[in-house]
Amino acid sequence: MAAQGEVLTASGYIQHHLTNLAVGEGFWTWHIDSLLFSVGLGAFFLWLFRKVGTKATTGVPGKLQCFVEMLVEFVDGVVKDSFHGRNPVIAPLGLTIFVWVFLMNLMDLIPVDFIPHAAALMGVPYLKIVPTTDLNVTLGLSLSVFALIVYYSIKVKGVKGFTKEMTLNPFNHWALIPVNLVLESVTLIAKPISLALRLFGNLYAGELIFILIALLPWWSQFVLSVPWAIFHILVIVLQAFIFMMLTIVYLSMAHEDH
Amino acid sequence: MSINATLLGQAISFALFVWFCMKFVWPPLMSAIEERQKKIADGLEAANRAAKDLELAQAKAGDQLKDAKAQAAEIIDAANKRKNQIVDEAKTEAETERAKIIAQGEAEVEAERNRAKEELRKQLAVLAIAGAEKIIERSVDEAANADIVDKLVAEL
Repeated sequence: MAAQGEVLTASGYIQHHLTNLAVGEGFWTWHIDSLLFSVGLGAFFLWLFRKVGTKATTGVPGKLQCFVEMLVEFVDGVVKDSFHGRNPVIAPLGLTIFVWVFLMNLMDLIPVDFIPHAAALMGVPYLKIVPTTDLNVTLGLSLSVFALIVYYSIKVKGVKGFTKEMTLNPFNHWALIPVNLVLESVTLIAKPISLALRLFGNLYAGELIFILIALLPWWSQFVLSVPWAIFHILVIVLQAFIFMMLTIVYLSMAHEDH
Repeated sequence: MSINATLLGQAISFALFVWFCMKFVWPPLMSAIEERQKKIADGLEAANRAAKDLELAQAKAGDQLKDAKAQAAEIIDAANKRKNQIVDEAKTEAETERAKIIAQGEAEVEAERNRAKEELRKQLAVLAIAGAEKIIERSVDEAANADIVDKLVAEL
């Protein structure tokens, strides 16, 4: 899949597959492919669920409605179990994260060369179709969650309560305020970082292994790619679930007044 | 792999998606689910109520059946009693009737016998007189011995 005169070597092939389609310079670089696929999948999710929601009958539901309702009830149940408080944002947030991240992860199961090759034929040099293998995407999600954590912490506990939590925990003594501040800051910052890196790491590694398998002779690839893909079905659902679950748990902690 | 503006784009779209989901996706789905849950709960409750009603009706029917049986038994009892009474009455009546008939018969028999006795006595008297006449014919006058004959007749 050499594009723009790249030599078709193993490392070149891998390198090519791990390069985003980008425009812009420095920080203001935009990964067009990541944004396109993530927004497209998110829009697909919302369109599908909206369609089902507007047509939802209270009688005997169809199969699609059943499936959608199952997801909604599942997320609602998780939120009710782990989130103790009243906040109408949490459940839709959890649903959006779960389905959206799952759909983005799902792109990982499309054979690595299908869409990039088709795009290359149409003159697009680089294309990474799995948005969650882009650290910017996962960080974008987790930092949004982080912003919500800080927002609700301050909203529920007030600036004073939040400051208190940051400075008088875990050691409740004025002399240890700097130590507490460092510890609590690390705890707070670790949340979005771990959230983003976990999802990114899992999907990036999975994608990389698919790319490595794709380097094998074509007639032997299925021996490895099929088991890996089947295993990956578990991984993508699990990672989507973990991202949603941790978001809910973090926000639940943000709502708890000490 | 570097941190760049993609992050911002992602964050913005995320915020928009969550907002859209919260406003337009979650409420209709949730209301449909809740309404159906309510429907199912109502249905279950109705079924429960119907089962309870049925139980009540069955109990009532059982009670009524028992009452009816008791009543029937009472009626049969009364009928039996009445029958016995009638039979007894008939028996006593028959008994008295029989006694009456027997008494009448006995009285008739007695009367007949008395009449026969009287007849016999009279004939015997005649016979005795006739015999006596035959004997006396040769010796005595009938008028002189009439008192003896009368005495004889009275003694018979």
